[in-house]
Amino acid sequence: MSTVTTADHHDEHHDHKPTGIKRWLFTTNHKDIGSLYLIFALAMFFLGGAMAMVIRLELFQPGLQFVDPQFFNQMTTMHGLIMVFGAVMPAFTGLANWMIPMMIGAPDMALPRMNNWSFWILPFAFLILIISMFLPGGGPDFGWTFYAPLSTTYSNDSTALFVFAVHIMGISSIMGAINVIVTIVNMRAPGMTWMKLPLFVWTWLITAFLLIMVMPVLAGVVTMVLTDKYFATSFFDAAGGGDPVLFQHIFWFFGHPEVYIMILPAFGIVSAIVPTFARKKLFGYASMVYATASIAILSFLVWAHHMFTTGMPVFATLFFMYTTMLIAVPTGVKVFNWVATMWRGAMTFEVPMMFALAFIVLFTIGGLSGVMLAITPADFQYHDTYFVVAHFHYVLVSGAVFSIVAAVYYWLPKWTGHMYDEKLGQLHFWCSLISVNLLFFPMHFVGLAGMPRRIPDYALQFADFNAFVSVGGFLFGLSQLIFLWVVIKCARGGEKAPAKPWEGAEGLEWEVPSPAPYHTFDTPPQVK
Amino acid sequence: MFLLGVAILFVMLYGWFKNVVDESMAGLYSPQMDRSFKQGMSWFIVSEIMFFAALIGALFYARFIAVPWLGGASNNEMTGAILWPNFEAVWPLLTTPGGTETQAMGWGLPLINTMILVTSSVTLHFAHTGLEQNKRSQLTGMLLLTLILGVIFLGLQGYEYVLAYRDLGLRLDSGIYGNTFFILTGFHGMHVFLGALILFFVLLRVLKGHFTPEKHFAFQAGAWYWHFVDVVWIIVFCLVYVF
Repeated sequence: MSTVTTADHHDEHHDHKPTGIKRWLFTTNHKDIGSLYLIFALAMFFLGGAMAMVIRLELFQPGLQFVDPQFFNQMTTMHGLIMVFGAVMPAFTGLANWMIPMMIGAPDMALPRMNNWSFWILPFAFLILIISMFLPGGGPDFGWTFYAPLSTTYSNDSTALFVFAVHIMGISSIMGAINVIVTIVNMRAPGMTWMKLPLFVWTWLITAFLLIMVMPVLAGVVTMVLTDKYFATSFFDAAGGGDPVLFQHIFWFFGHPEVYIMILPAFGIVSAIVPTFARKKLFGYASMVYATASIAILSFLVWAHHMFTTGMPVFATLFFMYTTMLIAVPTGVKVFNWVATMWRGAMTFEVPMMFALAFIVLFTIGGLSGVMLAITPADFQYHDTYFVVAHFHYVLVSGAVFSIVAAVYYWLPKWTGHMYDEKLGQLHFWCSLISVNLLFFPMHFVGLAGMPRRIPDYALQFADFNAFVSVGGFLFGLSQLIFLWVVIKCARGGEKAPAKPWEGAEGLEWEVPSPAPYHTFDTPPQVK
Repeated sequence: MFLLGVAILFVMLYGWFKNVVDESMAGLYSPQMDRSFKQGMSWFIVSEIMFFAALIGALFYARFIAVPWLGGASNNEMTGAILWPNFEAVWPLLTTPGGTETQAMGWGLPLINTMILVTSSVTLHFAHTGLEQNKRSQLTGMLLLTLILGVIFLGLQGYEYVLAYRDLGLRLDSGIYGNTFFILTGFHGMHVFLGALILFFVLLRVLKGHFTPEKHFAFQAGAWYWHFVDVVWIIVFCLVYVF
């Protein structure tokens, strides 16, 4: 994409950093903050994963075995909240913090103190959320989508803590997003023009824009939930002239762009990895940029496809059906571009590439089941069944999570200065690939046959498939322990990584030594 | 615990802003830093616009969809007939389907408040021109006047709430009309308070002799915020009170 003449780095001379806990509490360094975000996300990934294990344990057999239904509901709720707001989003923000300044030749993020604040309020938000589970009456049990009146009339008193926690997460995300946008707009090295930006930077720029547009809407809707529950308002209560469906409109106006917030950076990661290991330039760079922007714009016009069964007027359902299907076009552009990039490439199959390839195939499956769900009359059958669960886990687990894992393998040599263990990585990949499909593929079938989601019990005819799914779930959970092992092993030592460990890699981040010095690009590089 | 958290937050914010002000006064900030600050503030205001957009969207939905549908409009004829046959779908919704009654808020007092807030935007603009032309007394005077007008606005808003509760029976629990009224004017009031707080600290810095005609980001950020709050008020005034 760009060749670089870098002025000599003098980084080694002032590579001093504070030590101990103060380094991490008071850090304004984008690499430190990126690491904090990534470690936090990994911890939350395992916590949310443990909750998923409880869910799969209960669903291993029909009937109630291990947990009571209310606790089951808390598990589905907390699993969703923790994975969305605690694992996937902070992981992407961590990658953005680490990589964007290095990719655009900036010394740091534009607003480093705010960067520190964005991260450090996040653990407290989750502390509040998790503490709420130990209150009398238990934690939030209304699903991560907290539909009214479940979260208002029928919820317990943990709702106040839930609302407070979501507010803090939202503030954190907004500040993080402002930082990313300002960094990209204002801190690019001379010569780093817009159409030379790596796609990871482009996709994050658009993601940050989405975050700024929709996180305040989430703040608005949780506030209305709070006042409905505690101050006797009736935004979502028909007896007072409100409407529970209003909740769904506002929530999904946030919620749909939110799902693209969790996938656009993944597109950027895959667009970085596939050209590297195919040793070819990315096919259709400009069309990738325009496709990303189109997806972002369309994401504001599709929210009510989550609500086809609420009894909207036919005109509205048709509108949302067509706009939703339209999204398949720019997404298809991306998938074809990745495939075309590999066409006649000199491919090798290291772990990042394997995860990226799995992403392309499995994300496409999730995308296609999304098109099925977009068809209004068909959606009446699929709605609130395991088909929906299969759909969004294909795009979020074998999509977003796989891309994050691919990114970690891809950039781990740059972060730690060591190569990861390729054999263990391959083992992690194959275990994950097989188990993730055991886990989620059969959900399509039980869903189409009518098994409802978010219920701790099910009819007998779903028993075999569910046992199968649970085994897949446990295997997938165990496979991620291999990942933990690989990451720790790589951080502690291993084969020394060169500045550019991947033969076909391009971009400024490979111009600096591995591990990347504490301060990089104090003098901006010239990009030609 | 909560108070401790709030205290830590304020100590941290104070330390943060003190550092930034000291560094700025020491001339450490490049034009690029200045741009970063300005862009950051602009995006923050965009996020605030979206927050109010969500609340205004709720008002529109309630007024043009939820209430008419409860009255049987669109494909909801049976909703009205079975659930609340006597319900009349009008706006402002003074009698809820559940039977709670209230009275509508007039727009006499809010009109005065509108003029006060618009005037305060004008005085703030003159404070800005005073700063740019290095007329410090005009800057101080106009900024102080802006703040006073802001405080009067908040006072009148509070008085209006007293009237609503005491005389009109317009309360948080009196149905969707009162809900949208209080959430829009209430959050707007909080933003006026925050804007006034920013301008207050800007005024303190003006009195200490900070800011030059060329570099005065904190003043600009406060002014942008104030103008934004003013524009939001005009929209709220039109949608909540007048139409």
